[in-house]
Amino acid sequence: MKLIDFLVQNRSEVLQLTFEHLLLVLIATGSASLIGIPVGIILTRRTSLAKPVLAVANVLQTIPSLALFGFLIPVLGPYGIGRVPAIIALFLYSLLPIIRNTFTGVNGVDPAVREAARGMGMTDWQMLTQVELPLALNVIVAGVRVATVISVGTATIAAAIGAGGLGTYIFRGLRTVDRTLILAGAVPAAAMALLADLALGSLERLLSPGSGASVNRRKWVFGVGALLIIAVLVGFFNVGISKGGDRVVVGSKDFTESRILSEIVAQTIENGTDVRVQQATELSGDLCHREIVAGQIDIYVEYTGTAFTAILKHPPISDPRAVYDQVKSDYESLYKLEWLQPIGFNNTFAILVRGEDARRLGLKTISDAARYAMNWRAGFGQDFMSRKDGYPGFVQMYGLRFAEPPREMDLSLSYQALANKQVDLIAGNSTDGLIEKLGLVQLEDDRHYFPPYEAAPIIRRDTLDRYPQIGNALNRLAGRITNEEMRKLNFAVDAEKRDVRVVVREFLAQ
Amino acid sequence: MLEVNSVSQSQQSEPRIGSGDGPAEAVIQFRNVNLQVNQKYLVEDLVFEVLRGETLVLLGRSGSGKTTTLKLINRLLEPTSGDVCVEGTSTRSWNQIELRRHIGYVIQDTGLFPHFNVERNIAVVPRLKGWQENRTRERVRELLELVGLDPGMFANRYPRELSGGQRQRVGVARALAADPPIVLMDEPFGALDPLTRAELQREFAMLTKRLNKTIVFVTHDIREAYTLASRIGLFKDGHLIELDTPDRFASSNDPEAQAFNKSIE
Repeated sequence: MKLIDFLVQNRSEVLQLTFEHLLLVLIATGSASLIGIPVGIILTRRTSLAKPVLAVANVLQTIPSLALFGFLIPVLGPYGIGRVPAIIALFLYSLLPIIRNTFTGVNGVDPAVREAARGMGMTDWQMLTQVELPLALNVIVAGVRVATVISVGTATIAAAIGAGGLGTYIFRGLRTVDRTLILAGAVPAAAMALLADLALGSLERLLSPGSGASVNRRKWVFGVGALLIIAVLVGFFNVGISKGGDRVVVGSKDFTESRILSEIVAQTIENGTDVRVQQATELSGDLCHREIVAGQIDIYVEYTGTAFTAILKHPPISDPRAVYDQVKSDYESLYKLEWLQPIGFNNTFAILVRGEDARRLGLKTISDAARYAMNWRAGFGQDFMSRKDGYPGFVQMYGLRFAEPPREMDLSLSYQALANKQVDLIAGNSTDGLIEKLGLVQLEDDRHYFPPYEAAPIIRRDTLDRYPQIGNALNRLAGRITNEEMRKLNFAVDAEKRDVRVVVREFLAQ
Repeated sequence: MLEVNSVSQSQQSEPRIGSGDGPAEAVIQFRNVNLQVNQKYLVEDLVFEVLRGETLVLLGRSGSGKTTTLKLINRLLEPTSGDVCVEGTSTRSWNQIELRRHIGYVIQDTGLFPHFNVERNIAVVPRLKGWQENRTRERVRELLELVGLDPGMFANRYPRELSGGQRQRVGVARALAADPPIVLMDEPFGALDPLTRAELQREFAMLTKRLNKTIVFVTHDIREAYTLASRIGLFKDGHLIELDTPDRFASSNDPEAQAFNKSIE
């Protein structure tokens, strides 16, 4: 019932995400049909090509979707995130069933019928359009049906690269350990898959040669074909105009805090200036950075430590002032990006243990914990494991050894894993609302290993030149949010499940 | 333009359909025809003629080369060497689409289009030739009556709603639709039950007399050959080993011909 309440309360967003999802699927399967069906037909004419082409399509099909998205990011450059790579990936996945069914459908036409057609003097084109395609149509539609259902499912994962759609809820739900939110994405997606399956299934039956509905078949086929082409055109048009006009795009990474910060930035701009704001949320990894450099977004909130070590590849240092000055001058010269004033709090890595362990063993600092670590299991996010200021230096600095090699898991899942005693120590974020919700305790970084992670908005130089009022408005945020306040904001969204827009509006009104 | 052409063409062809007078003219000629696939001869050194207005039955066991011979005529197959001439022109020089629309074709499984009703099945070649709708519809009615099917009852049925015999009748009607001077038939009655087969053979024999088409008919059924043939050609292992009138075929000395004749004694 919580699910239904959620869907009703957020119906405009649910509809929006459903529409985005549908659009991704329609464009992808539509263009895969427009290309796959002719390719399938060509293969029936050039059978020596059939094996290699089907093999390539087969291989494409076996690439895990996240890996394919990851691969497309560098290949597509400035278009590496958002709808474009999502559509390309879904398109590639849709090709195989469509090509294969077209090929087998056309080849499966009764040889006697084919021979009769040739013997009566039909040209190859006449045989194709009057005999083979009408008879293979139901098999071809079955291929489109399979492709569509696969796409509806895979499109949920596209939310990881900022393509929107119902997967947005699923990822948000996974991060905040919110089952309702996961279901709010999964249930409509499943319903959509089911509906697509039913609709195309009945079309398939209608088109099967034995159905007797032949009189209207042609109209149907033309109707559906025209609809597909329109959907593809509208879709491309929609994708094409997603940015433009007198507006700036504010990006956010794929975790709650970044989402809150982008909302704060967006509302501050909208309240303090006449510039309109569009948001590009849920960008994972370093996508925000790539996007802002490419000009796809204009502003996002970055952490000084992340920029210093992960993007600029400097060896970690712990003086906050030095780090800020360095990233500011480097960004200016390297990327033409401007760092505005830090917002105040420092979201560094937080080494977390369960509250009961901390109390029982009297743990205050990481050095305290190092004595017990050999009996513990650790779980770390991919980010922590791979960063220069992450795992390797951390264990070296504190001389840590765990009972077994640390498990690499999704950051949001690691909190839950710690609370459920699947692991005993994790590296979270110091401002994370889940720390309070799950009763976890942050150990003090007594050897000052972790560099500072002060949050500050960064903005493209050309955007700032065009809208200097944005810089003034955002600099009024300088020093406004403390660690404590950030944790509260995170808690309100993560643990209390409150709408991020409302939480931010209330906070800014104070 | 196209329409006018095809109309006048087919009108011209009608009076030509053999009246039986004068010396018989060769409509189809095989000149030293070989067809080799992967070093193997499917047919070897075929030399024979099909005369205007006759029904030539090609008889032989399965795999003896008779169907291959038939497909060489409408260029579904092309000879490796030698020439097949239709109306004096080598099939190589014919436009193959024109050639096939000029020749009716009936096969054992009928090859009726399952997604077309009877009327549209019969109308395929007239439509390909661009006949006017009225003329096509008129022709379909005429043909359904000719093959003994009530147009009112059958025109709108689909092939799956027909019996095997009815399907074959439609197949024959379809082959005759554009009034081709030549009709090729590949075991058209082979899949029917014996009673229906006999009935269709009888009707077909009468039909051919009326229409005076040049017909090449493939079968492995010696009774069928005697019922329909003006001449019988016997195939064995890709060779035409005997070509004669039914009377003389009945008293042939050839062991294969004797084997066939013996089977109906």
